[in-house]
Amino acid sequence: MALDTEKNSYTVIFSIIMVVVVGAILAGLASGLKPMVKANERFEKQQNILYALGVNNNEGANDVQFISTDNVEEEFEKYIKKQYVFQDGELKENDEAYLIDIKKEETKAKKGDYKRRLPIFVGEKKDGQEVYIVPVRGKGLWDAIWGFVALDKSMTIQGVYFDHKGETPGLGAEIKQRYFMDDFTGEKFLDGGVFKGISVAKGNNDPKNLIKDDQEIDALAGATITGDGLAVMLSKDIKMYMPYFKTLN
Amino acid sequence: MGLLSKKDSKLIMDPLADNNPITIQVLGICSALAITAQLKPSIVMAISVMFVMGVGNVVISLMRNIIPSKIRIIVQLIVVATLVIIVDQVLKAFAYTLSKELSVFIGLIITNCIIMGRFEAFALANGPWRSFLDGIGNALGYGVILIIVGFFRELLGSGTLFGFKVLGDPVEKTGLYAIGYENNGFMVLPPMALIVVGIIIWVQRSRNKDLIED
Repeated sequence: MALDTEKNSYTVIFSIIMVVVVGAILAGLASGLKPMVKANERFEKQQNILYALGVNNNEGANDVQFISTDNVEEEFEKYIKKQYVFQDGELKENDEAYLIDIKKEETKAKKGDYKRRLPIFVGEKKDGQEVYIVPVRGKGLWDAIWGFVALDKSMTIQGVYFDHKGETPGLGAEIKQRYFMDDFTGEKFLDGGVFKGISVAKGNNDPKNLIKDDQEIDALAGATITGDGLAVMLSKDIKMYMPYFKTLN
Repeated sequence: MGLLSKKDSKLIMDPLADNNPITIQVLGICSALAITAQLKPSIVMAISVMFVMGVGNVVISLMRNIIPSKIRIIVQLIVVATLVIIVDQVLKAFAYTLSKELSVFIGLIITNCIIMGRFEAFALANGPWRSFLDGIGNALGYGVILIIVGFFRELLGSGTLFGFKVLGDPVEKTGLYAIGYENNGFMVLPPMALIVVGIIIWVQRSRNKDLIED
């Protein structure tokens, strides 16, 4: 008997079967690959944290090369001495602090009286200096921007790593370029013990960023909103760590 | 007789040159602009499209007699979306950095007009083997252009191929840079992809006058 594919009932049954089959295939695939995807996400976070700390595979002057995924876990254990979670003035050690989802913490903190968990990674630079790496997250022009900032006790930047979801290539997307990220090293968040933040400004008469105590970074051409978003992100997120840094001095 | 009959090999060969989806049919341009700044993502994109188009064409062809015509576009979309999600997940699991580089563009294979076009124009009317060849042929035609564009953009824009410095070191001033060569920063920006595609179209039409429309 020939199939009458034009009947409404046939169309409905066909749709239901198709959705079930496709759903089953995709669900099976997603759960099968989940451990690998999760591991990749974990490695990426570790690579980013290590990059802010100055542990990377950079060779050329413009490279942004991470530690390879093969040995990122060993390197992470070697250079990251302790991981803490700072919550409501209390400091707790937590070996998986790097897995805390900053975005979720931010959303939860907006609702009700939840005090967000703030991860802190205590690392040791290659020269033996102790630094504190903290995650930041904010908004660029089109979508989210985020990163890690390595600070010393006096809240002077020792290294940064920035990334973005959908900034304009050639403009806002340049925040993850070496020449921009390197400008941050040496900048200070504190001015005479007071938290000032860092602005990303155009025309600050310091395009090479040689003056390190002006709380200013020379902006990227054509990326004003991304730059402003970055400055807001740094001020807003790093400020939350002030109580922790006060305990260090 | 070779592996394929004359009619079958035409299915593979035609889209490579005289019926190329990008240069002749002018389809799939968006991804050709977006991901061809480097050679590696171009190749991965070409392979991904080949998988989606080859398998998709076979699936649609196998189902061609049972698909209700009223919802055939939706069915085609579901098939292409499923295959794209598979590619995306596999890349995320096995080639994470590349999947980040390609970001939304793998997902956007769904909107690649070449694929829906082949489903609608070929797979719905032909058997699985011929549909498979047609899918692979068109994906190859698409991939060849992507790879040519990626090759020139990476070489002239960054002086590298697959990330290896082939023209010397721009910072240390070795190789071609020693005699004053500079990387062309324009090549890295999307508009240059359009110009490179334009040049390919120009070269192709000047070699084969039959392709020129009146």
